[in-house]
Amino acid sequence: MNASVLVPLLVSVITAATPLLLAALGELVVERSGVLNLGVEGMMLVGAICAFAAMSTTGNPVLGILAGAAAGAATAALFGVLVLTLASNQVATGLALTLFGIGLSALIGQGFVGHPIPILPKLAIPVLSDLPVLGPLLFHHDILIYLSVAATAGVAWFLKRSRAGLILRGVGEADGSAHSIGYDVIRIRYYAVLFGGAMAGLGGAYLSLAYTPMWAEGMTAGRGWIALALVVFAAWRPWRVLGGAYLFGGVAVLQLYVQGSGAVFVPTQVLAMLPYIATIVVLTLISSGSMRNRLNAPACLGKPFRPVG
Amino acid sequence: MNEDSTNGSGDRLELRGLTKRFPGVVANAGVSLAVKPGEIHALLGENGAGKSTLVKMIYGILQPDEGEMLWNGVRTAIQNPHAARALGIGMVFQHFSLFEAMTVLENVAIGLDRPERPAKLAQRIREVSTAYGLPLDPDRDVHSLSVGERQRIEIVRCLLLSPKLLIMDEPTSVLTPQEADRLFETLRQLAHEGCAILYISHKLAEIKALCDRATILRGGKVVASCDPKNETAASMAQMMIGAQIRPLQQRGGGTAGKPRLVVDGLDLPAEGSHGIALKGISFEVRSGEILGVAGVAGNGQNELLLALSGERTVARSHAVMLDGTPAGSLGAARRRALGLCSVPEERNGHAAVPEFSLTDNAVLSAHGRLKLCSGGLLRAGRALDFAARIIRDFDVRTPGAGSAASSLSGGNLQKFIVGREILQNPGILVVSQPTWGVDAGAAASIHAALLNLAASGSAVVVISQDLDELLAISDRLAVINVGVLSSAVPTASVSLAELGLLMGGIHGAESAPVDHVETRELANAH
Amino acid sequence: MRIKIEPRRQISRPLQWATPPLSVLATVVAAFVLFACMGYDPSRALYDLFVAPLLSLQGLTELALKASPLVMIGVGLAAGFRANVWNIGAEGQLTMGAIAGGGVALLFYGQDGVWILPLMCLAGILGGMAWGAIPAFLKTRFEVSEILVSLMLTYVAELFLSMLIIGPWKDPEGMNFPQSRMFSDSALLPTLVDGTRLNVGVLASLAIVLIAWVVMTRSILGFEIRTVGSAPAAARYAGFSRDKVVWLTLLVGGGLAGLAGVFEVAGPIGQIIPKITPGYGFTAIIVAFLGRLHPLGILAAGLVMALSYIGADNAQVDMGLPNAATGLVQAMLLFFLLASDFLVRYRLRLIRPQPIRAEEVPA
Repeated sequence: MNASVLVPLLVSVITAATPLLLAALGELVVERSGVLNLGVEGMMLVGAICAFAAMSTTGNPVLGILAGAAAGAATAALFGVLVLTLASNQVATGLALTLFGIGLSALIGQGFVGHPIPILPKLAIPVLSDLPVLGPLLFHHDILIYLSVAATAGVAWFLKRSRAGLILRGVGEADGSAHSIGYDVIRIRYYAVLFGGAMAGLGGAYLSLAYTPMWAEGMTAGRGWIALALVVFAAWRPWRVLGGAYLFGGVAVLQLYVQGSGAVFVPTQVLAMLPYIATIVVLTLISSGSMRNRLNAPACLGKPFRPVG
Repeated sequence: MNEDSTNGSGDRLELRGLTKRFPGVVANAGVSLAVKPGEIHALLGENGAGKSTLVKMIYGILQPDEGEMLWNGVRTAIQNPHAARALGIGMVFQHFSLFEAMTVLENVAIGLDRPERPAKLAQRIREVSTAYGLPLDPDRDVHSLSVGERQRIEIVRCLLLSPKLLIMDEPTSVLTPQEADRLFETLRQLAHEGCAILYISHKLAEIKALCDRATILRGGKVVASCDPKNETAASMAQMMIGAQIRPLQQRGGGTAGKPRLVVDGLDLPAEGSHGIALKGISFEVRSGEILGVAGVAGNGQNELLLALSGERTVARSHAVMLDGTPAGSLGAARRRALGLCSVPEERNGHAAVPEFSLTDNAVLSAHGRLKLCSGGLLRAGRALDFAARIIRDFDVRTPGAGSAASSLSGGNLQKFIVGREILQNPGILVVSQPTWGVDAGAAASIHAALLNLAASGSAVVVISQDLDELLAISDRLAVINVGVLSSAVPTASVSLAELGLLMGGIHGAESAPVDHVETRELANAH
Repeated sequence: MRIKIEPRRQISRPLQWATPPLSVLATVVAAFVLFACMGYDPSRALYDLFVAPLLSLQGLTELALKASPLVMIGVGLAAGFRANVWNIGAEGQLTMGAIAGGGVALLFYGQDGVWILPLMCLAGILGGMAWGAIPAFLKTRFEVSEILVSLMLTYVAELFLSMLIIGPWKDPEGMNFPQSRMFSDSALLPTLVDGTRLNVGVLASLAIVLIAWVVMTRSILGFEIRTVGSAPAAARYAGFSRDKVVWLTLLVGGGLAGLAGVFEVAGPIGQIIPKITPGYGFTAIIVAFLGRLHPLGILAAGLVMALSYIGADNAQVDMGLPNAATGLVQAMLLFFLLASDFLVRYRLRLIRPQPIRAEEVPA
């Protein structure tokens, strides 16, 4: 296989991986603060339709992206009120958020089905994008792809090196201790949840603005859930989320490639099952491999907290 | 500023009429006290007397409903712990405010309000901790440290602030007697440097040894203030409890019958990275006998209870023999059928389900032995009768058997749980921390019930961190340390110093080298 | 004066049962506002949604017919939720049940026999159970999250269904539409009321509610399930096995969803089509919570949610209200319910500073 085939293939892996990466990075920060938000799928959908609607009405891709992030964060705020302020069950509320996002996005999207929009423009990095092979592979992408990689580095730095990251980890590790020392556990978790929502919204925006520039009901097709699985797979580490997302992007592209080539006779549905089955297989391997991964889980994950007094 | 805000008395901290209410209880009612620079001031009281609530208000975690605080004579409202630290108030919590999955350095950094460069902070941690005789390695992960070392992190975190007032909440409950002595040296050094220390405890001996003044709380109110050096332990106990404690009947030794529980070479691997492995546990308990298991928290007590109750099993059946029947591989239900009942340390969520009614909680452990179900269906009438009997016989204060376990006070719930197990007539009873967080009256009745059970021919194992309790009720004592159980010795012939060495012994060798040396020196001195 | 939030020492039973109807009420109000904002006549929309279906025999039988699978699945899921087993893949289990049961119908196409329907039901239950067994195995053996696995399997089941009806099970005389043959009469559920679609599946649902009620509230098995969910350590202490409860609840949940799937294809649909339900497997999650995880509550909640489905069809025909609005309204209902839970567990008190009185101090 030569570069002229391989490069477009790898580029499509990157594009398939980007929505997963964005959403999973957000959820990683949320979970590190001790909150489990199962509503990623719903937030992505709301982000996708709002970004699409903004792009379609204004024609401005920046507004589209911002609308996606804001819509995701707004949906997440709803989750925050229930889970953080009202201490509701996180699993149930996350499911509710997903159902809500499916319904809301379908409703908003009524008027947008079949609308064409221009695809998110590619930004070629001067000089570097002219390099052979590496240029088109790494330096000729849309802004969200650059952003997703920068966000990985940013989240990794934030958690490992910054003081705010230390506090966020502390809140997820021992909420009671953080509270005793004087940190406002609820407020810190709100910030994390809003960030997670904005990132899920960006993931959705990527789908409707760049991956397939159109709107279709339920177009995330389970990517929000796969993003949740990626966080577990990555043992709550940002760079491993990136690796995992690209792995899944690879599975998705492989499936399309095999389907398109007609080289192997397998029903298309069986190929379409691959990402979902791969998720299950990967989760199983990770969980059975060793205790290490589970030990990495934030100790307060999913547990409600309410200060007394 | 108000004219009465400066009083010129030279008090570092003065409290005037602090009041704090919680649902259904007034935790502090008009508490006043004053602490001077360089003074070690004891806050003395039983569990539930309101000590922790009071210091949480001083540290800004809770806000008082009424009353005022004066800091160096100036009226001050402490809004949160950041504000408290800014004033120079440090606090060492009884239940540590630590983060297990982080390093010592990160644990210290998160507790400081002004960020410092990691390298510089690590250097300061080494310096300060060595200067006060509490050596710490900043790069260690907290979960790999012993309980005593974890407490050092809390203390060092305070010392880095150069505190003007240090609050210590029950610091010795997790230490061996030797570790406690070393802590006292550190505290005296601090006081000498002018730091005021508010020292919370219910241990009278250490307050007599350490403190300059004592304020005694009972039922949320200040009932007395005294100089501990001029008091006897008995006189302070009387002030603390408000009544004379009835001495326990002396145990008549040598009446033990046939062995009922025999444990032989029980090994149990650690569960997760924070767990302790049990290594070659061997002991036997005879009919009519109470065996006490002492030890510093986190040395395998929980694991021992789970291994005996059947919540964790081992492959080798003969490792645990119940009345001659091999039971090591049997689960909790099967062991109960053979006559072994147990009371775990944690009441909420382990010994009882908080949101279940007392009747359902009676069913929880008694459904098999007392036939509270038949043909798969629960027998509601029998269950209710049994719950009512526990409530009556063990004087559980509750509106009725339909109340949720969560609605009971800690002491009442503990009476219910102990009652539930004892009324099943167990041949063998294993109890962990029977009187943890229980007031003196309830503790006395629980102790009496355990003694009665033994007198009726059962074998009883009591696992406790309260040495006084073990010395009072057990016939023989063994010490658990890093999952290893010492051989049991008759309680009458054991000294506190010996017990302390056993409690610290092996543990020291596996932690910081300094411990090791000191333990050996102490052992030689002994 | 300020508002103070205090945890109740014991949850409020009256509020626990009062909040679901109140949530329904709040949802109706919110829906009124939503429809008005969307430019529909809100009164007419609400009438179409919640009143019109109740005014005819046809409407009432359809209500029972739609409530039946929701209740059946909801009861199964609720047992799991009580045990902290979060099976959210009932939609997939339903699909597999429909495939297995429908497969039996197609296998014996054109044959007569009273044994065909029972065999279909059995196959459907087993199909659903098989799909529930996968997360149960992975959870008990490897501690894999049943949430993610059961959901992923839903996508797999739907693709599997699509593969079958585009491929081998496609109706040979169906003009290439992706659907199976219509089942023979012996593979269809008998109807209860002439001229309506109400079938015996409804009776099965009622029987399941009653059985579940006895099991969950009166049996030691229900006690085990509740204990495992409320306090896993206490369950171990009592000698109950978490793994047994995980297996049991996932098999029962999967089996009931599978049976509901058979009842759909052998009932109102009469063949296998690409989309067997409008998302009953997910709506049943809302039903389970709205019914407070109690079988009788779930029966009532199932009727409410079924009403919203029929009403939505009504409103769409009558005034063009988009179907997506129903999904949104259903999700809002769950939000209101979860929010109202706060009042069940916490108490709001207005407090004003007051001087301490001697009698307040405990002795």
